Amino acid sequence: MGVDLQQDHFTLFGLPRRFGIDRAALDAAYHELHSEVHPDRHAHLPDADKRRAMQWATRVNEAYSTLSKPRPRACYLLQLEGLDAGFESNTAMTPDFLMEQMEWREAVEEARNAGDGDELSQLHVRLRHQAREQYGHLERLIDVDRDYDAAAELVRRLMFIEKLQHEIDDALEALET
Amino acid sequence: MALLHIAEPGMSAEPHKHRLAAGIDLGTTNSLVATVRNGIAVCLPDEQGRTMVPSVVRYRTDGSIEVGQSAVRAHATDPKNTILSVKRLMGRGLRDVAHVEAMPYDFMDSDGMVRLRTVQGVKSPVEVSAEILRVLAARAEASLGGELTGVVITVPAYFDDAQRQATKDAATLAGLNVLRLLNEPTAAAVAYGLDNAAEGVYAVFDLGGGTFDLSILKLSRGIFEVLATNGDSALGGDDFDHRIFCWVLDRANIAPHSREDGRRLLMKAREAKELLTVCEEVPIKASLQSGEEVNLVLTRDEFAHITEHLVRKTLAPMRKVLRDAGLAPEDVKGVVMVGGATRMPHVQRAVAEFFDQEPLNNLDPDKVVALGAAIQANVLVGNRKDEDDWLLLDVIPLSLGLETMGGLVEKVIPRNATLPIARAQEFTTYKDGQTAMAFHVVQGERELVSDCRSLARFELRGIPPMVAGAARIRVTFQVDADGLLSVAAREMSSGVEASVLVKPSYGLSEHEIAEMLRQGMDHAGDDMTARALAEQRVEAGRVLEAIEQALAKDGELLDARERMQIDQSMAALRATLDGADHHAIRQAIDTLSRATDEFASRRMDKSIRGALAGRNINEIEV
Repeated sequence: MGVDLQQDHFTLFGLPRRFGIDRAALDAAYHELHSEVHPDRHAHLPDADKRRAMQWATRVNEAYSTLSKPRPRACYLLQLEGLDAGFESNTAMTPDFLMEQMEWREAVEEARNAGDGDELSQLHVRLRHQAREQYGHLERLIDVDRDYDAAAELVRRLMFIEKLQHEIDDALEALET
Repeated sequence: MALLHIAEPGMSAEPHKHRLAAGIDLGTTNSLVATVRNGIAVCLPDEQGRTMVPSVVRYRTDGSIEVGQSAVRAHATDPKNTILSVKRLMGRGLRDVAHVEAMPYDFMDSDGMVRLRTVQGVKSPVEVSAEILRVLAARAEASLGGELTGVVITVPAYFDDAQRQATKDAATLAGLNVLRLLNEPTAAAVAYGLDNAAEGVYAVFDLGGGTFDLSILKLSRGIFEVLATNGDSALGGDDFDHRIFCWVLDRANIAPHSREDGRRLLMKAREAKELLTVCEEVPIKASLQSGEEVNLVLTRDEFAHITEHLVRKTLAPMRKVLRDAGLAPEDVKGVVMVGGATRMPHVQRAVAEFFDQEPLNNLDPDKVVALGAAIQANVLVGNRKDEDDWLLLDVIPLSLGLETMGGLVEKVIPRNATLPIARAQEFTTYKDGQTAMAFHVVQGERELVSDCRSLARFELRGIPPMVAGAARIRVTFQVDADGLLSVAAREMSSGVEASVLVKPSYGLSEHEIAEMLRQGMDHAGDDMTARALAEQRVEAGRVLEAIEQALAKDGELLDARERMQIDQSMAALRATLDGADHHAIRQAIDTLSRATDEFASRRMDKSIRGALAGRNINEIEV
C-alpha cells in the first residue's frame, strides 16, 4: 500500500470514500496514526525526523478535522467528485429557503435584543435538529443516489444553518460577558 | 574467542542509556521541578525539604542574584529590585498588565514587552524568568547527578503566542533544551489520568497564582485528547490577595502608603486568604511605617463576598469551553482541581455547583502540574517504555488571524484546532509592479484588530513585479506542538520564496536574545566558546545515537550507496568531536541531518504503513 502526504483523506485513514462514516473506525485510525507520527514520538530524534513528524502530524490533523465533521466532509467529498466548491460565490437559493432563513434570522435577532439566553439556546437546539435531518438526506444523495449537484445545493443550505448557529453562539457569548 | 552480541530485532545493541529529564512548573507565585525516578514522578526539594520555590528574583547591588525564599525575605526592604509574579509580565506591554499601579517596580515605558529598571540594569521579564529556571535546573542536576538532556516547561493553556515564545526564550537564556512547552491543565490530566486509569471526559479547573485555565479532555485508551480550552491569563490567586488588600485599606481607612507598607499589607492579605481555607475567620494585624495600625478581622463569608466577582469570572469560560467541546456539564465525568487557589472553599463550591458534582482533589493541587510535566519529559527525552504507550493531543487556545482592510481580522487558524496545524491563505498584489507586502498577525476571538493581541508584523519582499492582481502569494501559518507560530510565504506563479521579516510585537528579537546570552555568560564568568563546544558535543552524541538506533532497526530501507553516504557523514561528525571547533561540529551535524532526511521520511512511511496494516487485519477478523 502506498503511503504519501498527497493521498486523499479517506485513503489515509483506510476508510471507504463515503459520506456515511464509521466514526469509531475513523477515531481509531486517527489515534493509531498519531501514535506513529506525532511530534511527541520524535522529540528525542534529530531535526530531520522532527520536521517529518510535524509535517505528517499536521497532515493527519487536517484530514481528521475534515472528515470528523459532516459539513467539511461533504464539501471534501464533492470536491473529490470534481465539484469544485465555489460554495461561497454560488448562493442562488430557492425563495422558500430564503424566506425560512429570514424568519430564523428575525427570531435570533429578537432574542438577542431581548437578551433572552433561553430562547437563543432553544433556537440553537431546533437548528441542530434541522441540520441532523438534512445530513440524513445528504447521506442518501451522496452515497446512494450519487446526485452530487443536489448534494451541493443541500450543502450550501447547511452552510446557512451553520452560519446561523455561529451567530447564536456569538450572541450567547456576548450575553455572558 | 570473543562472543558476539546479537541484538533482538528492533533493539539497539547498546544498552539503552537513561537520559536525564525534568518537568518544570514555572508558576506565577511558586515554581517546582520534578523528575521521574525509578518509574515514579517526584517533586525535588531543597535542603530544607521544600519543593516550592517562590517565583521571586532579587537583583542585589553587589551584582549577585537571589531566587526563591531568600529573595522573598528581602522583598519588604528592597521592593524595587525584588521581582514577584513576573509571569504576569511575560510577552506583555505595560498597558496590558493589570494592577500596574500596585507594583513597586521601576517600569520602563517602551514599545513591546515591558522592561524593569533594577540595580543591575534594565531587565526583561524573560531574563527574570530565566533566573528562576536556572535555579530549578540546578536543583534537578544536583539531585540527578548529571546534566539535563531536556526539560518540559508548563505554560497556562490560555497563554498566547507571545507569552509562549517568551517562556521558550527564557529557557534558551537559561541554557535549557526545551523538549516541549506543555499546557498546565494537560500536564495535570496526565498525572491524574495515568494515576487513576481514567477513561471518559474530564474537566481540569486550574486556578493558579496569576492565571486561570479550563480544559476539557477526552481520555480513552492512552490518548489524552484536549477537546477545548478556555481561560483568563490574567486571573488568579493574586487577584484574591489584591481584593483583601483593597478591603484592608478601605476598612482601616488608610489612604496612600509607601511601597514597603504596600508589600507588607499584601503579604498579610495573602496569609489571611490561605488561613481562610481552614479557619472561619482570621485577624489581620500590621504596624505600618506610616505609624498607622491595622487591626481587622476577616470572615470567610466576607471574603467570599468581596471576591464574588472574581469567582464569577471563571463561569463564562466554563460555559464557553463546554460549548466549544459540544458538551453539557452532565457529560463531564470528573473535574480535576489544580493550582493552590482552588483550595479556597468558595471556589470549590462554585465549581461543584456548575458541574453538579464534587470536584476531585486527590492529587496535591500545587504539585500535580510539575509531576505531569516530569512524566512527559521522561517520555519525550527517549526513556519511553512499553507501558508509556500514551499520547497527548493538545489544541491552540486562541484563533490566529491576519489584519485585513478596515482593521478587521481574517481568521486563518481557529481556536481549539488540534496541534500541530498548518493553514494557507492566498493574497494578491494591489498595484502594478508591487514587489513587497506587509502583514499583521493577531491572536484572539474578536472581529476588530484593536481588540485582539498583536503578535507580529512581517513584510514580504522580492515578489516579482507583475500587473496588479496577477501575483498569487500563499502565506502559510504553521503552529507546532508547543503552540508556537511560524510563517512562510511563497509567490505561487513564479515559485519565488519571498523573504519573511518578522517583527514580534511583544517579543524579543533573535539579536536581543543573543545579546542577553552573551551578557549572561560574561556575568557568570562563563567561557562562551567552551559552553558552545560542550553543547554541540552533547547534541552530536544525541544525533549519532539516534541514527545508530535507526540504522539498527530500519537499515534495510537504504540501498548500499545511501548507507555509505550516511556512514561517511557519521564518520565525518565523529572526526570533528576530537577537535575544539564548535562550528565544525555544528556543520557536520547539519550535513548528517541532510544526509538522513530521506531515511527519516522512509522510516516514517514504514511506521505509518505498520499502523494501518495492523488495523486492517483487525477489521478483517471482526
